[in-house]
Amino acid sequence: MTRNDPTGRPVTAAPDTSGPAHAGAGGGVGHDSVPAIELRGISKAFGPVQANRDISLKVMPGTIHGIIGENGAGKSTLMSILYGFYKADAGEILIRGKRVEIPDSQAAIAAGIGMVFQHFKLVQNFTVLENVILGVESGRLLKPSKAKARGLLKQLAEEYELHVDPDTLIEELNVGHQQRVEILKALYREADILILDEPTGVLTPPEADHLFRILEGLRREGKTIILITHKLREIMEITDTVSVMRRGEMTATLPTADTSPEELAELMVGRKVLLRVDKHPARPGPVVLSVEGLRVTDDKGVERLRGIDLDIRAGEILGIAGVAGNGQSELLRVLGGIAKGRGRVTMNGTPLPLEGAGADGRSRRAAGIAHVPEDRQHEGLIMDFSAWENAAFGYHDDPRFGSGTLMDNRAIQDDTRAKIERFDIRPADPMLSARNFSGGNQQKIVLAREIERNPDLLLIGQPTRGVDIGAIEFIHQQIVRLRDAGKAILLVSVELDEIMGLSDRIAVMFDGRIMGFRDPRITDEKELGLLMAGIADPAPATGGEG
Amino acid sequence: MGPADILTILDNGIEPLVELLASTIRLATPLLLACLAGLFSERAGIFDIGLEGKMLAAAFFSAAVAAMTGSVWLGLLAGIAASLVLSGIHGLASITFRGNQLISGVAINFLAAGMTVLVAQDWFKQGGRTPSLIAGGRFEAIDLPFATELRDVPLLGPLYSELLSGHTILVYLAFLAVPLSWFVLFRTRFGLRLRAVGENPAAVDTAGISVVRLRYAAVAICGVLCGIAGAYLATALQAGFVKDMTAGRGFIALAALIFAKWRPWHALWACLLFGLLQAAALRYQNIDVVGILIPVQLMDALPYVLTVVILAGFVGRAIPPRAGGEPYVKER
Repeated sequence: MTRNDPTGRPVTAAPDTSGPAHAGAGGGVGHDSVPAIELRGISKAFGPVQANRDISLKVMPGTIHGIIGENGAGKSTLMSILYGFYKADAGEILIRGKRVEIPDSQAAIAAGIGMVFQHFKLVQNFTVLENVILGVESGRLLKPSKAKARGLLKQLAEEYELHVDPDTLIEELNVGHQQRVEILKALYREADILILDEPTGVLTPPEADHLFRILEGLRREGKTIILITHKLREIMEITDTVSVMRRGEMTATLPTADTSPEELAELMVGRKVLLRVDKHPARPGPVVLSVEGLRVTDDKGVERLRGIDLDIRAGEILGIAGVAGNGQSELLRVLGGIAKGRGRVTMNGTPLPLEGAGADGRSRRAAGIAHVPEDRQHEGLIMDFSAWENAAFGYHDDPRFGSGTLMDNRAIQDDTRAKIERFDIRPADPMLSARNFSGGNQQKIVLAREIERNPDLLLIGQPTRGVDIGAIEFIHQQIVRLRDAGKAILLVSVELDEIMGLSDRIAVMFDGRIMGFRDPRITDEKELGLLMAGIADPAPATGGEG
Repeated sequence: MGPADILTILDNGIEPLVELLASTIRLATPLLLACLAGLFSERAGIFDIGLEGKMLAAAFFSAAVAAMTGSVWLGLLAGIAASLVLSGIHGLASITFRGNQLISGVAINFLAAGMTVLVAQDWFKQGGRTPSLIAGGRFEAIDLPFATELRDVPLLGPLYSELLSGHTILVYLAFLAVPLSWFVLFRTRFGLRLRAVGENPAAVDTAGISVVRLRYAAVAICGVLCGIAGAYLATALQAGFVKDMTAGRGFIALAALIFAKWRPWHALWACLLFGLLQAAALRYQNIDVVGILIPVQLMDALPYVLTVVILAGFVGRAIPPRAGGEPYVKER
């Protein structure tokens, strides 16, 4: 089957090989010994920071290759070089055995490389069709371009389970479908090397499963796929080979079948890491926080919480699972005193005002509620203020920190130094502005500030978003330690692994409601995934109202 | 009373109305050109509050060159060139150097306001104005075919020969620019890319198209249209340049653009509405409403007052291009 691509380049698509869907099934490529991509000695520095150091890599055609590493390990930089966003300082790139220069995205597209970014590059108020043809229109007028694309899209949809209505606006599609459009864009440009950057971060588990089916279909057709992720489970599930990156270097490349999550984690961090959260069963005490019929309407008049009922007891972690945007943020914000709401909330038996006087962060802190917000860079810290200033926010009127008018900066700095030591915050300099700490260390500053006040209830949102594996382990330990000290914890996270690993009970939120409570020891990802997608099943709630 | 009498009465009644509407068309023309200019720029993500300044500069240079050479066409070219230079400055500041687009626009308005009067005084020594333009230095009204012959046809006659006929070439050009803009924006590859760059420049960049080049193209189109708008003011609507002759038209065009929600056909209706308000203000200077005399100043202020009212209350949710006003920086 031969067809012309939008630039008129004749392209032979791979014949349908329905053999075992694994390495080497790249039919149609002919000479399987030539790597689809070969990188030789790629180096790239941004100022004094060496983002990539002497990286070499071979990826065989018709395989799925995973690249795993912590934040800032250099994965994205490497892929940006391959897609023409950055120019490497040294090294060379070979595509199908031929040396190529990739000065810009146009050259990457011409070399058959397609990229699906973590943040989609789609025009929201354009149709699917318009997004697909943007940049590769077949002429000056749109009509013939669109007609041509419509036919080709239908063909691709059949071939790869990539069904999307070509005339829908992007803003009307859910993220799973938007991602399909990104994949379609790449395929429409005749990409046979597809790079996906953290593709499952925004997907529900069923959507992620569908994506993996699509990727397997692409591999069957001989496409080469590079999957960048920080999720070990995905690497183990779908890749043929895997490379580990650490601090700008590629520390290992292995066949996935020969390795284990534990080994990969160790390669990523450089030391042994505990992947499972180590904790004893909870010993729940009396109810600390009780929520009844809680409703929140946002400033556009949309009801974001539609009647939430839950209890949290002393000494337990209640995890809220759900796809981002289903009301979890509003729940944290209203309980933390940042947003207004309606309903009945009691803390240790005392009603909390949800609007007007007393519905603010300071009153909440006085009531024994600490809040580690989801968006730490905007709500948890002031990025241009120093660590010591940040470490006192919300508690700056503490008598230890000053007289009420004048602040005793030295006392705060000494206190921050102590926090830095206890939480192993690096670099250990209280004078440095928050911006200069890594994501994990920023989170530790917030966590230290909130936990050390000995609250009765900790609200914590996305505790490990943008945090590297080593710090994740530490943060999880701190949360469990707080629970064991008899505190109540409300945990919100979009990482299902984190929810399942930490929680003593799980509530799943969908569209502003709680779909059900589950016991993490009994439930599984499949069941939670269905609840997260809004599909309620008649299974009895386990321990719903404590 | 026979049918002929009714037509006579209608004709007599229709005459002031036709005059008012003809005046509306003339006054809507510069608004429409400036509004479409802003539409191209803002659809590409470059906000432009410097429409006013560009029109003013174009008005002066078109009148000055027309006065010196006696050729209105050379005047038009000079006006467009002046406007393009200011567009280039705006482009340089906001695209190349990623500066603040509002500040750059404000600066252009100040620059034009001061420069035009200063240069006019230096060149012509007439108190910051150009000499009055005589025939050849002005755009003349064009009579459409059979305009005189059809004048006496009842009802349709005046509509054709006085409302539609008898405008300068620039008026017809402005109204033709509406379907043309629509076609370019929504039916061509260039239009698709231009709209994309105003919504999500990263999408355009990753598709391998130059964001910078597209935005400069949009700013250049804006410059040309503003140039024509300014030249129209000084060489067609009036006969020469006077200080601050744009009188806020650039800002009214911006208001019309928001009112039109950045769409060409809507822009036409919005500009006609604002043109009608200006025409009414010109025509009905002192109105006696049940014994209270409405002063001329209030009538003159009416278009501006209504601009505020319309923008505040009647637009509904106008969603500007999503990347509007933001310089594009490749993310890491």
